[in-house]
Amino acid sequence: MIQGFSVLLACQLAGEAAVRALALPLPGPVLGMALLFVALLARDRWSLWGRPPAFLREGAVEGAGRALLANLSLLFVPAGVGVIRNADVFSQHGVALAAALVVSTLLTLLVAVGAFRLVSRMMGDA
Amino acid sequence: MSAAADFSLWVYLSRTPLLWLTVTLVVYGLVDAASRALGRSPFANPVLHCVWIIGAVLLATGTDYGAYFEGAQFVHFLLGPATVALAVPLYETRAMVARALAPMLAALVAGSVTACVSASFIAAWLGAPHGAVASIAPKSVTAGVAMSISETLGGDPALTAVLVIATGILGAVAVTPLMNALGVRDYRARGFAVGLASHGIGAARAFQVDPVAGAFAGLAIGLNALLTPLIAPAVMAYLAR
Repeated sequence: MIQGFSVLLACQLAGEAAVRALALPLPGPVLGMALLFVALLARDRWSLWGRPPAFLREGAVEGAGRALLANLSLLFVPAGVGVIRNADVFSQHGVALAAALVVSTLLTLLVAVGAFRLVSRMMGDA
Repeated sequence: MSAAADFSLWVYLSRTPLLWLTVTLVVYGLVDAASRALGRSPFANPVLHCVWIIGAVLLATGTDYGAYFEGAQFVHFLLGPATVALAVPLYETRAMVARALAPMLAALVAGSVTACVSASFIAAWLGAPHGAVASIAPKSVTAGVAMSISETLGGDPALTAVLVIATGILGAVAVTPLMNALGVRDYRARGFAVGLASHGIGAARAFQVDPVAGAFAGLAIGLNALLTPLIAPAVMAYLAR
């Protein structure tokens, strides 16, 4: 648990540091996600010719990651409560913004799923 | 206990992070149990119901958001490691992801452009001024990135944060009934679409429904955060002509 969580934090830290140092146009945690993905792929290579390092032991990061993602909704609650307290910024042009938000969100879901299915079918996938 | 002692106990507790951290976890625990009991109905969305319940508690007790956040920050902090953790489902479904690169790319470009263009054009058409339009343009992107895009384009990051969270909750509630009505049973496509339209709150919904949907939603959040900063300035430049 502690080991897995340390790996998650270390990846985030490396991501944040790289983003700041190199002025990359993406959030540190997203780069951290890419780093962890590469680390997990590297672990598979490692185990072909020896034991991977202990901190990447099979199951440690996976367990910590799954525990966080199983309760992903919880992590948005503090920011969500902030929205209620900030809702007055919404009062100006509220109707225009609300209409744009609702139509655009539903349209995006439809277009994204449509494009995915269309190309998937063109490739002969069921 | 006398009323004065009662009051001083309240003053003490309401100033420690302990109280509001506990309230956040307990309310989430109850709402999540209710959501489970309702078979994960999309309308029993945990984010939606936690937010209004805790908001009502803060209002009733006259607590300001700063005091609440002192406690809630420990939960909020976990968003960073949770984003990193999205690599785990991605790794576990990597073979499936590798086979779906072309459909994902198509959905990414079409969905990301649709999100940005439709939100800004509709808001502008309904008379919203430039600042408000710039604030809604990145609404489907994960909050931190959306706020920085909004700021760059002359929007209001605080308004963007509100719009981003509202978009997340709306998409998370709407995705299941919408996809079921369309008869889409491909959980890769469903997950990718909700991650693209509704970032992490959409992904949280996807993980409730199906692990494959969750993995694809997580990937869509990251990809959309890379693409939208390139699209949004072009859309705003077109609107400003």
